[in-house]
Amino acid sequence: MSVSKDDVKHIAKLARLKLNDEEIESYTGNLNDILKYIDKLNELELDDVEPLSHPVENTNVFREDELKESTTTDEALKNAPDRTDQYFRVPKVISQSNN
Amino acid sequence: MLTYSNYSEKISQLKNKKLSLQENVQYFLNQIKTKEHLNAFNFVFDDAIEQANTISKKIEDGTAGKLAGMVVAIKDVLAIKDKPLTCSSKILKDFVSIYNATAVKKLIDEDAIIIGKTNCDEFAMGSSNENSAFGAVLNPVDEERVPGGSSGGSAAVVAAGLCDVSLGTDTGGSIRQPAALCGIYGLKPTYGRVSRYGLTAFASSFDSIGPFSNNVEDAALVMEVIAGYDKNDSTSVNKGIPGYLENIALDKKLKIGVPKEFFAEGLDPEIKESIETQIEKLKSDGFEIVNIDLPHTQYSIATYYILTTAEASSNLARYDGARYGTRKENPKDLIDMYTSSRSENFGDEVKRRIMLGTYVLSAGYYDAYYKKAQKVRRLFKNDFDKAFELVDIILTPTVPATAFKLAEKMNDPLAMYLGDIYTTSANLAGIPGINIPVGKNSSGLPIGMQLMSAQFNEETLFQMSYYIQKKLL
Repeated sequence: MSVSKDDVKHIAKLARLKLNDEEIESYTGNLNDILKYIDKLNELELDDVEPLSHPVENTNVFREDELKESTTTDEALKNAPDRTDQYFRVPKVISQSNN
Repeated sequence: MLTYSNYSEKISQLKNKKLSLQENVQYFLNQIKTKEHLNAFNFVFDDAIEQANTISKKIEDGTAGKLAGMVVAIKDVLAIKDKPLTCSSKILKDFVSIYNATAVKKLIDEDAIIIGKTNCDEFAMGSSNENSAFGAVLNPVDEERVPGGSSGGSAAVVAAGLCDVSLGTDTGGSIRQPAALCGIYGLKPTYGRVSRYGLTAFASSFDSIGPFSNNVEDAALVMEVIAGYDKNDSTSVNKGIPGYLENIALDKKLKIGVPKEFFAEGLDPEIKESIETQIEKLKSDGFEIVNIDLPHTQYSIATYYILTTAEASSNLARYDGARYGTRKENPKDLIDMYTSSRSENFGDEVKRRIMLGTYVLSAGYYDAYYKKAQKVRRLFKNDFDKAFELVDIILTPTVPATAFKLAEKMNDPLAMYLGDIYTTSANLAGIPGINIPVGKNSSGLPIGMQLMSAQFNEETLFQMSYYIQKKLL
């Protein structure tokens, strides 16, 4: 499979990346090189193979729902780029248009 | 100059006052200054001297832990409380950890001295340490060459004698490959053997933390300390930890598997010859050498890059400028805050992998890439399970070529990826692997040999490596 420049723009949007023309050009080339290489996997017969999601196949880990000491609010906010009182501050989330 | 060849010698010299810990730490700090141009440290901790004072007293009082006075450098992807944690990325340039990674905490609890944080490829993505916001690291063996990556700094500081040991991380070879290129020991443990709590996630089902050292004994001792179950990492595994150092003497002749796929076209002839010489020596020492098949080896890079970029694209979604990390100044709205913070602060390789990972997970492509790669991952696990029914250890080269020149591969990401051909399999199967420096080529560049064992069988790896270090090298 291969990707076009428009595909790359779409992927960038999904990944919340803004790419300039030069980057779009080079990533399109890079991704196509890599995808072409990855197509190697199509040589394999995989219909009867179960996917492996984790190298050590352990069962789900449960624990009691107990209240424990945790990170304090002040500590959690220590690396915040912007904060107000006890909160992270970000630009307005709801905009007027649908874009 | 150092007067000891491993930690056991160091601690006995410290105890009988032949060595002063303060002088030893000062020596390392001076060496770090002398070798500043290697660019191997992102941060050096001058408070190491104070740590030395405290720990000297403990040694005198007989209350010191089992790593008392061992001087350790930590890859800058692991959290150390109140110290910077940058992952060599602009996006975390001002981040300060609010807690200790479990592996780091365990070292500190046993009175190791943390001397600094080492340079690496951004978010551990790379094989040359050139993808770092702090700049490239030079290989101490040949300063025109790369030290390997992603834990290039951690390998360089041990090879250059700037500390006793270091911690690195290995997602596809990032400990073993730089250890090979710098000529030292480096162990990637079984997945889940060492808690990942406090390790910045790259590919969560692959990432492993392990030691670099100049000898097998120190790697074994460090592993004894950092291994084990941790309630803060539910993928860490609750299995007993053998006394790796105490049991390091090999007491039987093991069966050693040699997979022909790792000696095929593409392997540097000098490396091939060097590894074959070791195999011959082992054979004449009475070890049984068995030819085995790992038939899917040629698919490891493709499988690895689908799965790890997918996991990375998801893990790195957290860097959005909202709660921590670098935020674009005066973003015009929320989406601009996300996209500009990310685009302006991630490096080229990180963006490339996020793009690939996002693509393989995107609607319509999941089955064709991600699910398919997970199936192939199963084949790798099966291949190794089968192999370890026949043999105790698998022996291969660590890398197909010795250290390459700086900038040589920067314009060809795929060529860079293909250098990981012998290391990625262990991460796909979750098994441990170690690099042993077995010699140098005609240009004086280190040659690395890799041993792999079944999951949770680090003990056999250490025993076999120790045997090779003592008897063959």
